[in-house]
Amino acid sequence: MTRLTESGAARRALLIGVAVIALCAVACGLWRVRGPGPTDFAGGKRGMPGSSSGGVPAELANASLIERGRYLTRAADCQACHSTEGGQPFAGGRPFVLPFGTLYSTNITPDEKTGIGDYSDAEFIRAMHQGIARDGTRLYPAMPYASYTYMTDADALAIKAYLFSLQPVDAPRRADTLGFPFNQRWLMGFWSFFFNRDERFAPDTERGAAWNRGAYLAEAMAHCGECHTPRTLAFSLDNRRKFAGAKQAGWVAYNISADRRAGIGEWAPAEIGNYISTGHAAGRGTADGPMGEAVEFSLRYLTPSDIAALATYVASVPPVASKDQPAVRTAPAPHEHHLGVTASLDPHGKEVYEGACVSCHGWSGHSPILDYADLTGSRSVNDPSATNIAQIVLSGSSNNRAHGSLYMPDFGSAYSDDEVAAVANYVTARFGSEPSHLTAESVADLRKEASR
Amino acid sequence: MSVPATEEPANPGRRAFLGAAAGSAFLLGFYLPLGRSAPRAAGKRFEPNAFIRIERQGVVTLVMPQVEMGQGIYTGLAMVLAEELDVGAEQVLLETAPPNDQLYANPAFGLQATGGSTSMRAFWMPMRKAGAGARAVLVQTAARLWSVDVAGCRTERGEVIHDASRRKIAYGALVEHSLGVTPPRDPPLKPVSAFKLVGQPLKRYDTPDKVNGKLQYGIDVLPAGVKFATLALCPEFGGKVAHVEDAKARSLPGVRQIVVLDDTVAVIGDHMWAAKQGLAALNIAWQSGPHAAIDTGEVWKQLRAAGAGAAVTAKAVGDADKALSQGERVDADFELPFLAHATMEPLNCTVHVRPDSCEIWVGSQVLSRAQAVAAKAIGLPLDKVTVHNHLIGGGFGRRLEVDYVETAVRIAQKVDGPVKVVWTREEDLQHDVYRPVYQDRMAASVVGGKIAGWRHRIVGSAVIARWLAPAFQKGVDIDAVDAAIDLPYELSDMRIEYVRCEPPGVPTGFWRGVGPNNNVFAIEGFLDELARKVGSDPLAFRRSMLTKNPRMTAALDLAASRAGWGQPLVARNGGRVGRGVCAQAAFGSYIATVAEVEVDPSGEVRVRRLVCAVDTGIVVNPDSVIAQMEGGLIFGLTAALYGEITVAKGRVQQSNFHNYRMLRIDQAPRIEVHLISSGESPGGIGETGTTAGPPAVRNAIFAATGIPLRRLPIDRDVLAGKKAAVTGQRTG
Amino acid sequence: MVTLRINGEERSVEAPGDMPLLWVLRDVIGLTGTKFGCGIGQCGACTVHVDGNPTRSCLLPIGAVGDRPVTTIEGIGATPAGAKVQKAWLDLEVIQCGYCQSGQIMSATALLNSTPQPTDADINAAMSGNICRCGTYVRIRDAIKRAAGSKP
Ligand code: FES
Ligand code: FES
Repeated sequence: MTRLTESGAARRALLIGVAVIALCAVACGLWRVRGPGPTDFAGGKRGMPGSSSGGVPAELANASLIERGRYLTRAADCQACHSTEGGQPFAGGRPFVLPFGTLYSTNITPDEKTGIGDYSDAEFIRAMHQGIARDGTRLYPAMPYASYTYMTDADALAIKAYLFSLQPVDAPRRADTLGFPFNQRWLMGFWSFFFNRDERFAPDTERGAAWNRGAYLAEAMAHCGECHTPRTLAFSLDNRRKFAGAKQAGWVAYNISADRRAGIGEWAPAEIGNYISTGHAAGRGTADGPMGEAVEFSLRYLTPSDIAALATYVASVPPVASKDQPAVRTAPAPHEHHLGVTASLDPHGKEVYEGACVSCHGWSGHSPILDYADLTGSRSVNDPSATNIAQIVLSGSSNNRAHGSLYMPDFGSAYSDDEVAAVANYVTARFGSEPSHLTAESVADLRKEASR
Repeated sequence: MSVPATEEPANPGRRAFLGAAAGSAFLLGFYLPLGRSAPRAAGKRFEPNAFIRIERQGVVTLVMPQVEMGQGIYTGLAMVLAEELDVGAEQVLLETAPPNDQLYANPAFGLQATGGSTSMRAFWMPMRKAGAGARAVLVQTAARLWSVDVAGCRTERGEVIHDASRRKIAYGALVEHSLGVTPPRDPPLKPVSAFKLVGQPLKRYDTPDKVNGKLQYGIDVLPAGVKFATLALCPEFGGKVAHVEDAKARSLPGVRQIVVLDDTVAVIGDHMWAAKQGLAALNIAWQSGPHAAIDTGEVWKQLRAAGAGAAVTAKAVGDADKALSQGERVDADFELPFLAHATMEPLNCTVHVRPDSCEIWVGSQVLSRAQAVAAKAIGLPLDKVTVHNHLIGGGFGRRLEVDYVETAVRIAQKVDGPVKVVWTREEDLQHDVYRPVYQDRMAASVVGGKIAGWRHRIVGSAVIARWLAPAFQKGVDIDAVDAAIDLPYELSDMRIEYVRCEPPGVPTGFWRGVGPNNNVFAIEGFLDELARKVGSDPLAFRRSMLTKNPRMTAALDLAASRAGWGQPLVARNGGRVGRGVCAQAAFGSYIATVAEVEVDPSGEVRVRRLVCAVDTGIVVNPDSVIAQMEGGLIFGLTAALYGEITVAKGRVQQSNFHNYRMLRIDQAPRIEVHLISSGESPGGIGETGTTAGPPAVRNAIFAATGIPLRRLPIDRDVLAGKKAAVTGQRTG
Repeated sequence: MVTLRINGEERSVEAPGDMPLLWVLRDVIGLTGTKFGCGIGQCGACTVHVDGNPTRSCLLPIGAVGDRPVTTIEGIGATPAGAKVQKAWLDLEVIQCGYCQSGQIMSATALLNSTPQPTDADINAAMSGNICRCGTYVRIRDAIKRAAGSKP
C-alpha cells in the first residue's frame, strides 16, 4: 500500500469517526426519549417482570433441562447465525456483511479454547442480556442482545445447558474486517447504554396469557424486530415504526405490521400461523432467504400453542404504512404466455423465464407442481425493488420444512446480471402490482451484499 | 487394406492414426473362416460373415458392429449391407453385435469402438464387401442348382433371378445349399451408379420405438428383482472416503444397503427415490487427495507455462522460422475451457454378479472394453461376462470410457441380485471425463497481403496417450493435432507443434468434435484476424489459399451464396450484426459454414442463422447427414455460448443444467444444410457441426463488433464493453 | 398406499406421499418411457400430463397428484393430438438419441391441445423448458407446425 492511499484511508476513517461521535452526542442528548420499547405500543399496565410468559409450553413441562433448552435455543434461533452453510451447527463463522466491514459469528459450542466452554452461568447471562463477552469485550448488536435482554434468566440458562450438551467443536473465530472507528468495540458500551434497556420481559396485565406469551416469543426469543423493524441512524430499532419492514443483508424483511396495504393486516391469524410455522400460507407466498432460515432452524419447531400465541401477538401490532410497498396483487396472471405482461420489457426476461422458470412457476404464477412455488400473492413479486426475487434467482433456496425440503436452483453463477435483472423485472411485471426496474449494476450489488 | 486412410491422401494425420492403431485387426475379424463365428444351435442358417445371417425362412439379420446413439449409424450401415446384399430395407432385422474385438473391431481403432466419426468411413468398404460376398455365394449357389452360368443370374430384393429361364429363388431357399461356402475375398461390388438404397433418404430403424417410450435405454432395464442404487464419488478429485455415518440413512424406508468403496459411497434401495434420500441422509467425511487445492486458474497457469516451453514438431513444411521473420508478424493465443458431455441419459449401468458369472446391461461406445473391465474387476474370464448393449441416450465421447461400468460392477459385487446404478445429474457433471483445456498459440507473418509463414502450437492433454496408447508416437497426439496438420489451405512454410500438458487431477477424454474443436476454432479465428490485417474479405482471403482444393472451394462458394454473403444485414433493437465464415476440412468431410449473429448492447449474442454446405463424399442417408449437421451445430453453439467447467478447491463447480447451461429451443437459430454430392467415399459427419459452428459464430461476432474473441465461452461482458477481451497472457 | 390414475388405469402403489411421480412411474410401476434427466425441473425429460397439463414429474410428489388423471408417453398415442405429434415426429425424423423425446412429445402435445395453431412464440413458450442435448430443435419446431396442419 502506498502512503497516499494510507493517508486517504485515515482521512476517511477520521471523517467517519467524527460523524459517529457527533451521532452519539445527538443520541446522548435524546437518550431519554429514545423511543418506545418493543411492546409499548400495547400501552397496558406492566406486571412484575418474571417467568409467567417465559419457559417452555405445557407439552414440555416435564422435559429435561436439556430438552427444554433445545426448544428455547430453537425459539431464539441461535443456529441460523452461529453456523455456516455446510459447517458444523453452532460453530459460528457466518459472515455479516455490514456497510462498514464484515463481522463473523462466534463458536457457541462448549469448546474451551474456541467456543464458550469456559463461560460461567453469570457470564453467559451477561452476554445474553448486556452483550458483554466473558473477557469483558463488547459484542456488536448484530448479536441481538437488545432483544435477548427480555429473556428470563431461567430460559437463558436452559439454553446454556443445551449448548453445553453439544459436541465441542474446535473452530477459531474469524477476524472481523471492520474499519476504524467501528473496530473499537468499547464504543458499543455507549451504544448499549443508550439502546439496550437491559430489562426482563414484563407481561401486559391488560392482555391475555396468549398475547403475552406471543410477545415474549417475538421479542425475547425470535427477535422478529431485529429484521422487520426499521433501524435508527444509530442502528437501534425504531419502534415508532415497529415491524414496518427493513433491508437486511441484501434481502427485504417485509412490513409485518397490521397495515392492510403494505403489511399483513389482510392476513387471518391462521395464515400468519401457517406462514411462520411452515414458511408458506396459501396465496401468500413462501418464505425464503433469511425468513426461510428462521422457519427452517427455529419457527417450525414451535408447538401449535406457541405458534398461535406468536400469531396473536404479531397480528396486534398497529399498522404502519410503507410508501414503497404497493398493495399485494392477489389475482393470477393469464395462463397464456402472450397475455398480461407489458411488451416494453427486455425480451431476455421472458426468454429466461420460459426456459428456466415456467416449468415450476407457470405462466399464471400458480405452480403446476407445488403451491409452495406459487408466485401469485407473494410479497416478493409485489415488491417494486425486486430485491428478494433477484436474491432467490441468484442464490436459490433449499429449506427443510415440516413436509420435506423445498428446492430451487441457484442461477447466479451461469446467468448474467443482465439476465437476472431482466427476469426479475419480467416476474414483477407479470405477477406483481408494479414492475421493478432492476439494472445489471443493482444485481451486481445484491450479489455482494448477500455474499456468504 | 481398404480403410479410409488410403482414400484420404490429403490427410496424413489420419493415416498415421489408422496405421498406428493397427487397423489390421479388422481383417482378422472380417474374413474369419465360418467355423470360428460359432453358429448357434438354432437350426442351420447361412452366416457368410459376422454381419449377415439368413435363416431358412428368409429372415435376413444384419449385425450392427457400431452402437446407435442417435447418429443414425444403424440405419446407415444397414443400408450399405442391404445395398450390396441386394435386399430391401424393410426385409432386414437389425441386431446389436455382442462384445467381440475379433469380429467387430472398428478398423479405425483396432477395437470395438464407436467414435471419432469413423463408423461410416471405416465400415464403408467392409460392409459393402460383406454384403457383396454373401450375395456372390447366393448367386453361385442358385447357378449351381439351376446349372446355369453365374453371369446369367442377377439379384433383386432378396431373390436370385435367372431371366433367360424366367426362374427366381428366394435367398432363404438357398440357405441349405450355401452352408459352408466361403465368400470370395474380393467379391464384385455394385457400381455406385447402380445403388438403389444408398443415397436415398431412408426412415430410421430406431425411431419408431422412440416416439412412444417403448425403447429401452440402459437406464430403463428392470431385470427381475433389480434394486436401485445411486452414488456419491469424492467431490474432490483424487480424494477418498474417510468415514461414513449411515445410521440415519439405514433407518429410511426403502433403503436396503450402503456400499462403501475407497472413493465412492452408494446407497441401494427399492427405488431411485429411496436411494437418493438415503444418500442425502448420509454424513460422509472425505479425505483430501493430492489435488485438493487445484483450481482452474492454476490449471491455466500451468498450461500457459507449458505452452511457452519446448514443443515437438507434428508437421513441418518449408522453413517456417525464416518465413515468420519476414513481413509483418501476427501472434494470437486461443483458449478453450474444460467441458462436460452432459449426455441426456445420465450415466448408468445395471449389473448382476453371480458366483461364476456376471451380466451387464449398459449403453457403451466401447463394448469390449466394458466387458473386459468387468471381467478384470471380478476376476472372471471374458466369456463369463455377458454384456447387453443398449441404444444410448447420448454418448458424445463420454461412453468411450468405462469408469461407470467398473464402478457399477464394484458396487454390484457387494449386492445380492441385480442392481441398477444410476448417477444423478450432479454426479454425472462433477465426475465426467472432461474435454481438456487447450491453448492454441498461433503465429503468422503476412507479406503483400498473403500469409508467408505459419506456426500453430497446440498445448493440451494427450487423450490418445491414455485411451489408445499405441497411437501415441514420438510425443504427438494425432488427435490433438488433427485438422491442424492437414490444413485445406496452401501454405508454403509452416510448422505445427504439440506440447503435451496434463491438467493436474482433472481427468480428460474425448468430447464430440475431439481434436478439431480447438484447432478449427483457432485456425479459422486467426485467419479472420489476418484477413482484417491485410484488409481483405474473409471469404476471398480463404479462397485465395484454396486453389488446389476444389471440394473446399465448392463448399465455400455454395454456403456463401446461400447465406447471401456480402449483402447488408438489418439490425434490430440496437444490436450489432455480422456474418462470419468457417472452412473446415476434417473427419474426411469438407464443410463451409456461414453464421449470422446479432450482439445486443448487454453483450447477449443471438445467432440468427447458420448456413452449411457439406461435401462428405457419397451420402448414405442424406436425411441423417442433415440431422447430424443440425444437431452438431447446436451442440457446438451451446459450448460457444455457455460451456465451461470450472474447478475450485479440487471440485467441479457446476452441478446441473441451471449452472451448466444448454441451448434451448428459443435460442436455436435457423439452420440450412446444403449437401454437395460427390463420388468420393463417405466422410465422417457426427462431429463436424460441433467444430464448424463456433468459429463461424466467433467470426460473425468479430465482423459485428470488431472484437476478436479468443476464448470460449463467449464473454458477454467483453461484448458489452465492460471488460477487455481476454486473450491469454503470453508467458514467453 | 396411494392410488393414481395413469393412462386410464387405476394403480395403487406402496410409496411415500413425498416421492416424486417420476420414480413411482419408472421404478415402482415400470413405465420407463418417462425419463430422468436432471431431477430439478430444468430439462423436461420427465414431462407427463396431469389433468392435461404438462408437468415435471421429477418434482411432483405423488401425494399432490390426488385423483387428477396422469398421462405418460406410453399413453399419449391414444389421444388424437398425441398421435398427430408422434406421426409428425416420425415424418420429419426429429429424433436422434431420443432420450429427451418423451418429454418433448408430451410438451408438444399439451401445446397443440391448448393452442391448435401455435406461432413460433407459442412454441418457444411451451418448449423452452425441454432440453435436447442432441440439438433437434429445428425439427421439433417444424414437426409441431406439421402436426398442427400448417407447413412444413
Ligand atoms: S428430470 Fe424433471 S425436468 Fe429434468
Ligand atoms: S434426441 Fe438426444 S437429447 Fe434430444
